[in-house]
Amino acid sequence: MSKDLTLEEPMGRVIVVTSGKGGVGKTTTSAAVGAELARRGHKTVVIDFDVGLRNLDMIMGCERRVVFDFINVIQGDAKLKQALIRDRRLENLAVLPTSQTRDKDALTKEGVEKVLEELRKEFDYIICDSPAGIERGAQMAMHFADEAIVVTNPEVSSVRDSDRVLGLLNSITERAGKTGAEPVKAQVLITRHDKARVDSGEMMTVEDVLEVLAVPLLGIIPESKAVLRASNLGVPVVLDDPSAAAAAYEDAVGRLIGEQIEMRIAADPRRGLLQRLFRRAV
Amino acid sequence: MFGFSLRPRKAASANTAKERLQILLAHERSGAAARPDCLPQLQREILDVIRRHMQIGDEAIDIRMERGDELSSLEINIEFPGKLGVN
Repeated sequence: MSKDLTLEEPMGRVIVVTSGKGGVGKTTTSAAVGAELARRGHKTVVIDFDVGLRNLDMIMGCERRVVFDFINVIQGDAKLKQALIRDRRLENLAVLPTSQTRDKDALTKEGVEKVLEELRKEFDYIICDSPAGIERGAQMAMHFADEAIVVTNPEVSSVRDSDRVLGLLNSITERAGKTGAEPVKAQVLITRHDKARVDSGEMMTVEDVLEVLAVPLLGIIPESKAVLRASNLGVPVVLDDPSAAAAAYEDAVGRLIGEQIEMRIAADPRRGLLQRLFRRAV
Repeated sequence: MFGFSLRPRKAASANTAKERLQILLAHERSGAAARPDCLPQLQREILDVIRRHMQIGDEAIDIRMERGDELSSLEINIEFPGKLGVN
């Protein structure tokens, strides 16, 4: 069978993982989504945009292998392929670490665009792990995005910041500025969802959050001990032992690539009395 | 019986976290991480030295690093065109 000869090369999709608020799970999400896409056979790269506070490398477990970084590539001190760290667990997965010593001014729009264009040719998905806040680093992470995953905790300040970020996605991005371009496709990922507290009325429900933000829901990640464990080990949560959080990320990635998967609210199993008494791992 | 088990419990992940941080922070606090331009400069200098003797392109060099707590290794690969282009 011959390949269709088309004028356009296949181009990877740029997806920003953003939130405004810090500590809601952007890097955990970037690592999990990237790893799950790669496990499904898609060539995927995850880029750390948090210049000066490099953390994606630790969450992905490649911190000892960083030689060159995103900023070196932007400034022409290293080639892109030298800075990309290939994952040792998944051949389709790569990490582009950021600089620990520079500041966000090193991210130029032209530099970021050039690197993303090069990555689009090699990868199916380019996941941009945004820093917290809405300053330069966060704006650069979202600027060239085709899609956005807005990570939100069911908590007032996080939802408010998500709303602000959704506004920026619709106003300052490349797609927002181009007439006739589709807007950035933004979806909310609710993380640290605690079903017991929602049931007792202590935490806003998913419906509450969606009613306020009025964007589609990508998934619901339950509060789970598996997330800290995965971070301790430097393993994306979907590659560690099975857990409610891992299953929820797998579902979210399925939806991200267009599968119809029913929304479900999971939770870690509660320990029985005996297990709690003897503190055995579940 | 009674939920006890003789097999050792799985090593706690918190220990792994602490060890990883100690190795990384030892490196970051040392001079190595304080001079971010050291590796690009090293790369340029290596290329310059080799070019005095052979013709190689800018993309011919590949530097990989693996940091450990006792020992770190720097792996430098230089690709030559099919035949060694000695001047």
